[in-house]
Amino acid sequence: MSSPLIQLKSVSKSFADKTILQNISMTVNRGEITTLIGPNGAGKSSLARLILGLITPDFGDITRSDDLVIGYMPQKIHIDPTLPISTHRFLQLANASHEDCYKALEKVGIPDVKHTPLHKLSGGEMQRALLARAILRQPNLLILDEPVQGVDFNGQNELYELIGELRSSLNCGIVMVSHDLHLVMSATDHVICLNHHICCQGKPEQVTQDPAYLDIFGETALYNHRHNHQHSLEGKVLDADGKHQHGEGCQHD
Amino acid sequence: MPMANISTGKGASMIDFLLYALLAGIGVAAVAGPLGCFVVWRRMAYFGDTLAHSALLGVAMGVLLNIDLGIAVALICLLMALGLVALEQQEILALDTLLGILSHASLAAGLVVISLLSDVRVDLMSLLFGDLLSVTKADLMVIYIGAVIAILLLATLWKSLINITVEAELAAVEGVNVARVRTALMVITALVIAIAMKIVGVLLITALLIIPAATARRISSTPESMAVIASLLAMLSVVSGLATSWYIDTPAGPSIVISATLLFCLSLSCKQKG
Repeated sequence: MSSPLIQLKSVSKSFADKTILQNISMTVNRGEITTLIGPNGAGKSSLARLILGLITPDFGDITRSDDLVIGYMPQKIHIDPTLPISTHRFLQLANASHEDCYKALEKVGIPDVKHTPLHKLSGGEMQRALLARAILRQPNLLILDEPVQGVDFNGQNELYELIGELRSSLNCGIVMVSHDLHLVMSATDHVICLNHHICCQGKPEQVTQDPAYLDIFGETALYNHRHNHQHSLEGKVLDADGKHQHGEGCQHD
Repeated sequence: MPMANISTGKGASMIDFLLYALLAGIGVAAVAGPLGCFVVWRRMAYFGDTLAHSALLGVAMGVLLNIDLGIAVALICLLMALGLVALEQQEILALDTLLGILSHASLAAGLVVISLLSDVRVDLMSLLFGDLLSVTKADLMVIYIGAVIAILLLATLWKSLINITVEAELAAVEGVNVARVRTALMVITALVIAIAMKIVGVLLITALLIIPAATARRISSTPESMAVIASLLAMLSVVSGLATSWYIDTPAGPSIVISATLLFCLSLSCKQKG
């Protein structure tokens, strides 16, 4: 069972003449967490959707393992409040039994919300509910698109811990999309730094030293830091007064 | 253009007319409930309006080509629906603007074409606002066949429809054929518009779809209960609207919509469920 779950070879994808992904090759193995990081608009979600098979590449090959079962956690979803649907019912949409749905909710730590209407869940609960639905199909590959979006700092830590636990208990490969630079690093085996093409990749420690990575995120993006500052929308680090810190060789004000 | 309502000739057979009207209204209401829920959940009200307005063009085509009006309307609505799905991908205009253009352009085109059909007498008022009291036995049969097909399709696809309404990409990853289910919903909508036109007319079809569903939302906590309650409320609106029409001689279609609206206003006093 050591064959890769999914393999991309020189994959490219354009939307409306704009190249979103160029010459991407990557391999996802069982039991391994791969994180895609990169600035907004770098093509991270598009790459995830290619892996999911929701879009097809213009060039290149994608090889999927025969036994591949994907669990998908989309970016924060919008539930129209006119649709009355409980969290438990939402999980059942994945063709799962009552029993399995309860178990999944327990596994992600929100057993009490099973009767709560989906649109009334808090940000953290919603992310956990989405994660519960993703694991319901007994996947061997989890695709998590911005899994900690809209979750406060402590909640983010807990979610990443949970994801790490799921990796061992399901023995599944995980592909995680993130623009958060810090927490992800410690929870990940392999980092791919993406900006339409793969800028650099490797273990977190290697990537944070890579000039291509530093070029995009600056030196402040070390993963084992103390969280004593704020982030801008792009995930850059801000001083307490709201100005961002500069990487070495930074040209602008 | 004669704008007067067709005389239904109150007489010995009036009770038959009333019975046909009642049965026809109930048949349409039964399917308007669940379909209306999807129109509300998927924010398709404008979309439904556009399809309904294009039904008038369907009538004109039916008369011109001398084919059954119900079939002509269903076909034109279906073509329009498929066209709209394709147009959803464009990025020139916001979707509601585009729908507004198409909706009113097709209504106007329908009116113009019908006015050119000088040799055929078409009762415009009944097309625009419905003519429930002129329902014949044959109409009744068409309505029930259409309603049964639509309900069966909705029931068969129910889970997939809910799934793509909650989150289409998630459903796709889990193996739902999203394009096929979406197209099926279009077909159902076109079908229901074709049979509902007789009851409330092209201008009020969307009302019959969304008002009972919006009312049902207040007192429902699952998608299924909302669909069933919407059906029952639509039926109640038909019965009370028809009664109003009978006793104080108001047009039936608008009376049904007023009844539905009054029920909605009543529901506002209920505490919103889940």
